[in-house]
Amino acid sequence: MLTKRIIPCLDIKDGRTVKGTHFVNLRDAGDPVELGARYAEEGADELVFLDITATNEKRRTLGVLVDRIARQLNIPFTVGGGIAAVEDVRDLLELGADKISVNTAAFRRPALIQELAGEFGSQCVVVAIDAKRGADGEWYVHLNGGRTATDTRCADWACQAVEAGAGEVLLTSMDHDGAKQGFALDLTGRLAQMLPVPVIASGGGGQPAHFIEVLQAGADAALAASIFHFREIAIPDLKDHLQQHGLPVRR
Amino acid sequence: MGQEIAVIRYNAGNIRSVRLALERIGATALVTDEPDRLRSADKVIFPGVGEASSAMRYLRDRGLDAVIRSLQQPFLGICLGMQLMCRFSEENDTACLGLFEEDVQRFDPGGKPFKVPQMGWNAITGLQGPLFHGLGEAPYMYFVHSYFATLGFDTCAVTDHIHPFSAALSRGNFYGVQFHPEKSAFAGEQILRNFLEL
Repeated sequence: MLTKRIIPCLDIKDGRTVKGTHFVNLRDAGDPVELGARYAEEGADELVFLDITATNEKRRTLGVLVDRIARQLNIPFTVGGGIAAVEDVRDLLELGADKISVNTAAFRRPALIQELAGEFGSQCVVVAIDAKRGADGEWYVHLNGGRTATDTRCADWACQAVEAGAGEVLLTSMDHDGAKQGFALDLTGRLAQMLPVPVIASGGGGQPAHFIEVLQAGADAALAASIFHFREIAIPDLKDHLQQHGLPVRR
Repeated sequence: MGQEIAVIRYNAGNIRSVRLALERIGATALVTDEPDRLRSADKVIFPGVGEASSAMRYLRDRGLDAVIRSLQQPFLGICLGMQLMCRFSEENDTACLGLFEEDVQRFDPGGKPFKVPQMGWNAITGLQGPLFHGLGEAPYMYFVHSYFATLGFDTCAVTDHIHPFSAALSRGNFYGVQFHPEKSAFAGEQILRNFLEL
């Protein structure tokens, strides 16, 4: 039986791992190469690496970091942040990434998803969606690391992205991110049941019960950052809890 | 190891991942599409992520299909590589290399809540043969695929997604795995080590 995946996420700024709350108030969480190695050793099912460094100049150091992590990582490795063209993806895959994650650029120009899926296959194209609930109770897509609101509903964009060739959706609730009060169960469950591709839940995981809830709601995988970086939950212990609740996990 | 491991260069990706995985277990690989280098290598690895018909066309155009069929040393196909070693693939109705007698079909969830592609970790069972030495009864491997090889005479490992299918095939010196040993943590590394020791 296909297992539910637990995915630590490294948010990278200037070569260091950082973590914020609701996408702001960043604090340092350590060396990404060391963290990546530790998570693979502990039984993480995948590693996601999101570059939140804005400028092109700093982006060059990113390649070095991707290369260093890929050399030692024996689990799948997704890299995202600022990807806007086929050439960016070719470079990252050559450096050892297995999948790439696109967000703002894909929303601005959905043909990018088709181009990437056509060139490299849907299996390596993850579409990341940052979601925030509006005053009307609906979930809306936000761009540019959450700074720019849109009037597009998350479910609509997720369907469009999958039709264009996205092989997976990484759904982050900005309202839940960093708060450790649980994932956005309603939206995640709805998208996971609606979409024919895997949905990764992100934002809000603070204790094992939160992971159990969101995976039982239908998420195929759950992603978290600070609770792993700051050793609040060890991955093997989290998997013990999931297994005790009847969720299939890799041991 | 001191042996020469050739990784076949063709128009299907993830060669870098396979090379890095071999480096992690202390081996180095030569990435090549030269027939003489493939024939003289101690081991040949045939990786692959991509689409069957264009990959087969690429191999045929360069005569690599005949070269592969003639190889005598241990040969390992991974993912699409394994599928191309089968008889036929439903992916754009492609005649493949015919090294295994099984066929490749598309997953059909048939209205059930299964996702296609199968993406993630699944257990492999019914393990037979030297590739699986030192592994437990049902180790987990990382899969990403929309097509699967049917069960048959050459099946040497089974996985269940929607229904049971061949997670690995073997016949003579030819081996194929549907999962990605290069991305399957320590269990995957053990399979690569076992292959290098054949």
